[in-house]
Amino acid sequence: MPVEFISPYITNLLIFIGIYIILVVSLNLTLGYTGMLNLGHVALFAIGAYTSALLMTRLDFPFVIAFLAAGIFAGFFGYVLVLATKKLKGDYFALATLGFAFIVVNLLLNLQGLTHGPLGIPGIPKPSLFGLTIQSNFSYLIFVAIVAFVSVFIIYKIVKSPFGRILEATRDDEIGLRVLGKNTVKLKYKAMIISGFFAGIAGSLFAHYLSFIDPSSFHLSEIILVLTIVIVGGLASIKGSILASFVILLIPEVLRFLALPSSIIGPGRQIIYALILITILMYKPRGLFGRVDLE
Amino acid sequence: MMLKIKQVTKNFGGVRALDKCSLEIEKEKIIAIIGPNGSGKSTLFNVISNLIKKDSGRIYLDKEDITEKEDFNIAKLGISRTFQEVRLFRNLTIKDHLEIALLESDEKLIRSLFGKREDNEKRIKDILNLVGFDKPLDTHATELSYGQRKLLDLAIAIAKPHKILMLDEPVAGVNPKLRKGIKEILRKLRKKGDTILIIEHDMNFVMDLADYVFVLDYGKVIAHGTPRKIQNNKKVLEAYLGE
Repeated sequence: MPVEFISPYITNLLIFIGIYIILVVSLNLTLGYTGMLNLGHVALFAIGAYTSALLMTRLDFPFVIAFLAAGIFAGFFGYVLVLATKKLKGDYFALATLGFAFIVVNLLLNLQGLTHGPLGIPGIPKPSLFGLTIQSNFSYLIFVAIVAFVSVFIIYKIVKSPFGRILEATRDDEIGLRVLGKNTVKLKYKAMIISGFFAGIAGSLFAHYLSFIDPSSFHLSEIILVLTIVIVGGLASIKGSILASFVILLIPEVLRFLALPSSIIGPGRQIIYALILITILMYKPRGLFGRVDLE
Repeated sequence: MMLKIKQVTKNFGGVRALDKCSLEIEKEKIIAIIGPNGSGKSTLFNVISNLIKKDSGRIYLDKEDITEKEDFNIAKLGISRTFQEVRLFRNLTIKDHLEIALLESDEKLIRSLFGKREDNEKRIKDILNLVGFDKPLDTHATELSYGQRKLLDLAIAIAKPHKILMLDEPVAGVNPKLRKGIKEILRKLRKKGDTILIIEHDMNFVMDLADYVFVLDYGKVIAHGTPRKIQNNKKVLEAYLGE
């Protein structure tokens, strides 16, 4: 077992930051680069978490299969989401995807035979790779860091490719791109499948780290949190998303050291997120590194 | 015949924008569509591109029936167009715009990631030289003046592989020098074998440039012929010039 160089508290924080980096950078692919006001991303994260947890706890699948299935299944639901909403644009698309997020949480709560409803799924095993089980939090951090690095690298390569350029063109002027012969609906499918895949694997990392998941982890507050990170970092900026994941997840930690009761820490966290978001929107509307205006 | 529009009708509620409108566009010619405001010229362009669904009628591009095709497929088949309002991708550079227009493989993710990158620099420079555009390639669309945006819009339409160029008011709002420049560009394109369909309000521009003119009024073709013939057509003078 590797020696833990950093305190368990910091390790725990860094693991969450790593998972959120994957989640937020993949959301930026649809929201920032493709211009789809996607509020259903956390639902894809939930689908990934539950897929991975159920495949391992119920069907004894090996971790690698459960992990990839989480991504594929969430990507598939990303496809279904665009299929169902392909005629909608802007605010209407945002509302439909928000509705999707609520439906998923309600299904997780009510499909008790499959998901145990509000009781959640306990005893999710730690990942095993090539016969080695990742037991300590420090090794898990290394694993999350590798997955986050590879995920960000792939998304970076996509957005810098000619394909990424036409995703940006879709965001800027969909009609203008269609008259140049590009099938923008197909582009949105692809963007959502890729984004969903990475949200799914982030969900898998989340589930296997906590060993327990329930629907409360995927509520509206979570959607607001990931949106806040993307907006603070800046639309269409991977660098911004990574930096903002650190900033937004670390700042509220200050509350822990103020010896406040937990009934204050929870709402205090939400207040801090809201204040950061309002400040950024007022003084730096494009976020830390954003290249695109919020519309 | 490069483009054939047969009995196309389009109603917006109670307003008939196109009324059994029929036109035939010959290859390698500059054809102008003129008519008063609201006569259905831009609607006709949007119906040809299928950005607006027609109520009836058929459209053929180089003998192929494109009536039921989707807008992006019509573009792929060879219709390249501009709009009255310049449409550019505001966060992209000049080079990005032209590469999007030139490349046909950028929709394929795997090829886009692992395929060999085409070097389009020379083609881009040739097109920009043709339209006389001399801004650095990494300039963003938002940094351009109106005239430069109009030229870039034209360059994009030229860069996109096409059988016909459809230009909606290419010289609207541009200065006389640029207007003259655009006229020369269109002449060069015709010489190279391009077929060009333009909507334009500037009569001097049209009469000096077009090989053939269609006049629309209330969505109907009320006259067509050479510019000289049209200039003296009584119906045209009544409808278009109010004389």
